[in-house]
Amino acid sequence: MQVIEPKAELGIAVRATIKRDMTLVLRRRSEVINPLVFFALVITLFPLGISPDPQMLAAIAPGLLWVAALLATQLSLDTLFRSDYDDGSLEQLLLSPQPLPALVLSKTLVHWLLTGLPLALMAPLLGLMLALPGQSYAVLAFSLALGSASLSLIGAIGAALTVGLSRGGVLLSLLVLPLYIPVLIFGAGAVQVVILGGNAAPYLAILGAQLCLALMLAPWAIAAALRISING
Amino acid sequence: MAFRLEARGLTCERDDRRLFQALDLDVGPGEVLRVEGPNGSGKTTLLKILSGQLTDHEGELRWCGQPMRKVRTAFLANLLYLGHSPGIKAALTAVENLAWYQALSGEHGDEAERLAVLEEIGLYGFEDVPVAQLSAGQQRRVALARLSLTQRPLWVLDEPFTAIDKQGVARLEQRLLAHARAGGSVILTTHHELAPLGELRRITLGQAVCNRSGE
Repeated sequence: MQVIEPKAELGIAVRATIKRDMTLVLRRRSEVINPLVFFALVITLFPLGISPDPQMLAAIAPGLLWVAALLATQLSLDTLFRSDYDDGSLEQLLLSPQPLPALVLSKTLVHWLLTGLPLALMAPLLGLMLALPGQSYAVLAFSLALGSASLSLIGAIGAALTVGLSRGGVLLSLLVLPLYIPVLIFGAGAVQVVILGGNAAPYLAILGAQLCLALMLAPWAIAAALRISING
Repeated sequence: MAFRLEARGLTCERDDRRLFQALDLDVGPGEVLRVEGPNGSGKTTLLKILSGQLTDHEGELRWCGQPMRKVRTAFLANLLYLGHSPGIKAALTAVENLAWYQALSGEHGDEAERLAVLEEIGLYGFEDVPVAQLSAGQQRRVALARLSLTQRPLWVLDEPFTAIDKQGVARLEQRLLAHARAGGSVILTTHHELAPLGELRRITLGQAVCNRSGE
């Protein structure tokens, strides 16, 4: 039998991985819906806990929305590699002759499409509840869409590192939350600036730069972290 | 070009226990290598090292004469590894599972081919059922369907006979034999008594004995 040369058909593998992960998540709807429900519930608690005064709520709304969205993303991260690890398909993913960073990037992309993007689209609705001024809705959704992509990428590194641990959830949060701080500062800042009548473009540009950096570095870090987890 | 997997001086320690020491191995076309030993003697660890998954060992692995580190992708394109967990997604159907594995090796594959393979392993009529609804043995068969679906010369199989019925075992033995005759090679662990599989070599872990059957 002849030796087989590796086929450089990365496109096929990436497309198939995206399709497979989409199918998997959409068959277990709760995984898509849970972060959204969590987001809505947390935001509902604040007017009840602090005060229903619209002026006061409007002042803290950008930060609240961003922190709640960040925690909702965080909640859903633990499942990113967990089921693949449990049934052995992660092992097979690592043994495929395709570059691992590209494959994990496609898995992370699916996570963002089904967690970060819905959160970003839902945020203006919850902003309404917190009496967020009308002119900031577009920037809120856009900054969350940009920022949550960075959050998915950074979080996936932590998820990959803790996938081998049976109770990695808390450790994952401890590892990843400090790394979210820059994204949070500029994300919430963008919304705040629009409310004050300023220009959000510089903030959004920095969020975009953060995303570019995460896109460049995170896939390699995730791949390395997965190899460490499997080796352990 | 013929392929060859060589291991020189493999030594592995786990939890202060030496599993094997200075193990030399050679696997080439047409060979079937069976790794034997009691539970916990390091069979799975050895298979994982040989398939390039574990790197915390001493000794060298070579593929076609080149060090494994340098030719990892080329090696992986020739390897089919089936571990303890079958690597089958329970929420997907058998066909969807197989399609993903084909895509990972860079092939589109086609539906008719996948259906033919499923029929061959006795899962005709179950191709559109989520794997979760199949029995353990049937799930195992879905994983084993990859043997017929993707062309890979080197098979590394960890307990492939688990949960498979008598008929299935006989068929899998035939499949292994056919693969070896066609010039492929198989490394496997099993507690199952194998029917004569051509030239079968054995390695017994736990007592550091290596012999050749029929001698």
